Amino acid sequence: MFDKTLAELAAGLQKGEFSSTELTGAWLERIKAEDSKYNSYITVTEEQAMAEARAADAAIAAGTAGPFTGLPIAHKDLFCTKGVRTSCGSKMLDNFISPYDATVVARFRQAGAVMLGKTNMDEFAMGSSNESSYYGPARNPWDPERVPGGSSGGSGVAVAARLAPAATGSDTGGSIRQPAALCGITGLKPTYGRVSRYGMVAFASSLDQGGPMAHTAEDCAMMLNVMAGFDPMDSTCLDREVPDYTATLNEPLQGLKIGLPKEYFSATLDPQIAERVHAAVAEFEKLGATVKEVSLPNTELCIPAYYIIAPAEASSNLSRFDGVRYGYRCDNPKDLEDMYKRSRGEGFGAEVKRRIMVGTYALCAGYYDAYYNKAQQIRRLIQQDFIRVLEEVDVIMGPTTPHPAFRIGEKSNDPVSMYMEDIYTLSLNLAGLPGMSVPCGQVDGLPVGLQIIGNYFAEAKLLNVAHRFQQATDWHKQAPAGI
Amino acid sequence: MEWEVVIGLEIHVQLSTKTKIFSGASTAFGAAPNTQACAVDLALPGTLPVFNENALRMAVMFGLAVNAEIGKRSVFERKNYFYPDLPKGYQTTQLAEPIVGPGFVDIETDDGVQRRVRIHHAHLEEDAGKSLHEDFHGMSGIDLNRAGTPLIEIVSEPDMRSAKEAAAYARKIHAIVTTLGICDGNMAEGSMRCDCNVSVRPKGEEKLGTRTELKNINSFRFIERAIDSEVARQIDLIEDGGSVVQETRLYDPERNETRSMRSKEDANDYRYFPCPDLLPVVIDDSYIEAIRTTLPELPDARRDRFMNEYSLSEYDAGVLSAYRPQADYYEQVAGACGDAKLAANWVMGELAKYLNQHDTDITQSPVSAAQLGGLLLRIKDNTISGNIAKKVFELMWSEGGSADEIIEAQGLKQVTDTGEIEKIVDEVIARSDKQVEQYKAAEPEKRGKMLGFFMGQVMKATGGKANPGAVNGILKQKLDALCD
Amino acid sequence: MSLDRSDVERIAHLARLQIDENDIPAYTENLSSILNLVDQMQQADTENVAPLANPLDAVQRLRADDVTETDQREQLQSVAPAVEEGLFLVPKVIE
Repeated sequence: MFDKTLAELAAGLQKGEFSSTELTGAWLERIKAEDSKYNSYITVTEEQAMAEARAADAAIAAGTAGPFTGLPIAHKDLFCTKGVRTSCGSKMLDNFISPYDATVVARFRQAGAVMLGKTNMDEFAMGSSNESSYYGPARNPWDPERVPGGSSGGSGVAVAARLAPAATGSDTGGSIRQPAALCGITGLKPTYGRVSRYGMVAFASSLDQGGPMAHTAEDCAMMLNVMAGFDPMDSTCLDREVPDYTATLNEPLQGLKIGLPKEYFSATLDPQIAERVHAAVAEFEKLGATVKEVSLPNTELCIPAYYIIAPAEASSNLSRFDGVRYGYRCDNPKDLEDMYKRSRGEGFGAEVKRRIMVGTYALCAGYYDAYYNKAQQIRRLIQQDFIRVLEEVDVIMGPTTPHPAFRIGEKSNDPVSMYMEDIYTLSLNLAGLPGMSVPCGQVDGLPVGLQIIGNYFAEAKLLNVAHRFQQATDWHKQAPAGI
Repeated sequence: MEWEVVIGLEIHVQLSTKTKIFSGASTAFGAAPNTQACAVDLALPGTLPVFNENALRMAVMFGLAVNAEIGKRSVFERKNYFYPDLPKGYQTTQLAEPIVGPGFVDIETDDGVQRRVRIHHAHLEEDAGKSLHEDFHGMSGIDLNRAGTPLIEIVSEPDMRSAKEAAAYARKIHAIVTTLGICDGNMAEGSMRCDCNVSVRPKGEEKLGTRTELKNINSFRFIERAIDSEVARQIDLIEDGGSVVQETRLYDPERNETRSMRSKEDANDYRYFPCPDLLPVVIDDSYIEAIRTTLPELPDARRDRFMNEYSLSEYDAGVLSAYRPQADYYEQVAGACGDAKLAANWVMGELAKYLNQHDTDITQSPVSAAQLGGLLLRIKDNTISGNIAKKVFELMWSEGGSADEIIEAQGLKQVTDTGEIEKIVDEVIARSDKQVEQYKAAEPEKRGKMLGFFMGQVMKATGGKANPGAVNGILKQKLDALCD
Repeated sequence: MSLDRSDVERIAHLARLQIDENDIPAYTENLSSILNLVDQMQQADTENVAPLANPLDAVQRLRADDVTETDQREQLQSVAPAVEEGLFLVPKVIE
């Protein structure tokens, strides 16, 4: 049962092979038994899950079930969940019981999904390793001494370790795709504005986007069908038709034009990863695709531009955590300023403070033009690179990460080398484009991700491309040893 | 040395939308603390702003009313600072691309100075909450009901040269926003608040002196008095060899002096940047023109029309047009009674006196324009005299009812029946031998003046209800007959 | 670009973050290395390039001026650190 995809579980529920209560109970038991090894959950919502499962079974019996009714999933712990702690992986929100549901959460509720719990993450989604979580690092099931990637590390681990059939994630600079790659699962970052950000605790508002993490492209399509669409509560969410993403999964790839950016295959890339990516591309050629080299000349500028824009927005977004209305307040503040400084100083971890400081500095009078404004200009150059290339090809492919999962603690004291791990993923957030990571092989027993990038709102195309690849290969079916 | 005063104003006007600028919570005044602060207003994690269309429409109305360029693209920015009444840790405001660009208004002071005051720009922003300083075991209480109420901040050029001009400018802005119906104009409740930038320089000098900013003044009278006292302080300081420090000051109306707000001087860097949760507000000509067609007649235009149409003096027309509900009321009264001058006298006289005494806004007046118009009609047609009308008005104010009902019920109708008046005149003449003798003895040309006594007697006997014209005629006729 | 201790202290104050005295050297070094990374941007020619604030160059949508929120004070204040008489309590605010 634990190896089944969402689509398979949905079929089983519909055929009456098992009930949602049985399904949910089994997953909860497995979480209880196994998660201490992986630390993928911050909160498990057992009672609520069982209640939702019973309601789903009633709906199935009454014939009112939809395609998602009764399917258990986990939510990254930055989606607000009414009546349930929403910690963002931070001491700051360790005591925060959200009084409302994020739009994404409400949509899954509406669709009849069962929430198993809230998954571990880098604090306030700032990190590429899940090591900055207040609740300790989540561990990569392929090697528990290694990181699962971040910031949606807990979601990646939960799916890879079969502790949830699927999970939501959020992606500000690669936070869905990078853990998906390092954990050997499938993840999709939609076009900016495709999925509502309301109730998803903000890291960098102009880059953040929620998305699905699952075993297969098909499962991601099922989840995106629930998640995507207009939300009047989010000014940046677009009022644009949502196709049925499962309907076009099997379109043939004959004549698909793939672009390989030469900048993605430079010296920084682990040659073994390059080899796996090329092998995957060869598979697509077998499916009828043509391949050409393309150029994204401003790739290297992504990292500096991102590490200004994201911290700048974060420094402002995280100002609301002041100990006045919710969240952590220090003991016995001696005055107002002391309350602010100690509540924030004690409530935030080191990486969050570092980024707040970088962002604060970048926005200061006198530096704004050199940093923030310059970064936003570079952002347009990066976008123009993509627009130009996507006029020539249908999708762009390359590695999701330059290396497989690194060891816990290996990069902790060197933020800049950690940031370098994001080189292939950041640019999509800056440009607002959709991208997927799909398992495409292993290096030394660790999974490797293929990144597939498409044009704005081309999620259906990406899912189709990934699905056809998964019909032809079985990398996505590999499980870590012992699972 | 002769000094020149230079003043610029920043006026915050609360827009009278039903809901907040970025949330669907009510803006009604006076609710219990934090009952109108929703998840968005409290800046709960994950919440996001969505812009209120009515706030945009009102800001554009204001821009059109002050002859300003309208920003077809305006951008919300974040002004970052920490304060307990600022839930997000930043205020959403506009800086580089405001909704209203340069414009102007014309003002005149009651001593006749006329001036054009340029408006630098006006921008949309959100109000903050309130810190309550009653003692909660040494702590302050925060009420966020006001947080997120839409404001426009109207920034003038430093074009005013006296406290009177500053007050006249503020009054003109008040007249415009209340006429447009975009603000209730209630200064006591903080619907309009004023920051005054004040400096002095030797007359003839071009360079501006160092300015101070007087914060949060909420009445026209205090604007005038605060500026006067600050100007005196600056001049004293400079003449004593000192120099003005650029700072924020508070006006204390009880002591009639300004004092420094040093605690707020903590050098800040607001780190403005475009708000990534909101997108640029883009409007086109057709949107602007559609709003233009909805603009009511503005105070200046209405004043000019009152002068032309009703032959009012500039002063009367100016007073009556400054506040739209009053101007509307006046026009209804004038229409009902058909005498514009009489209507003006009553609206600015008796009605204004009662409103003032009872601290009542004209919109809440217990005497409606129709009632007052009906009353004036009875003066016009000689049913009652002006003096009786004041008695009727008093009853109308306290007990209600139409003029005719009150006149009827109280028997205040003027006696115009000549038979009845003749009877009373005869009685008065019969018991006034001495005065009749004096009248007869007087030179014919002096007799007119002597009618006053008889007139008074007749009025007394009729309770003031006799038509004075009729009494006068009959008296003259009867007395003159006695002289022959 | 490298920062010194006083820069770090000033930024920490602006951001209202208490930083442990012993951690200041590490923060100074970390922030300087991030700013060095970021300084690579300066090599890019961005003359006449319009900044990109929103990837889709979308424009603001407007919300109808209708009251949609009801009083939720009790629930919203249930997560507050200190509340009395419906007010959020904080150390004394001095104006």
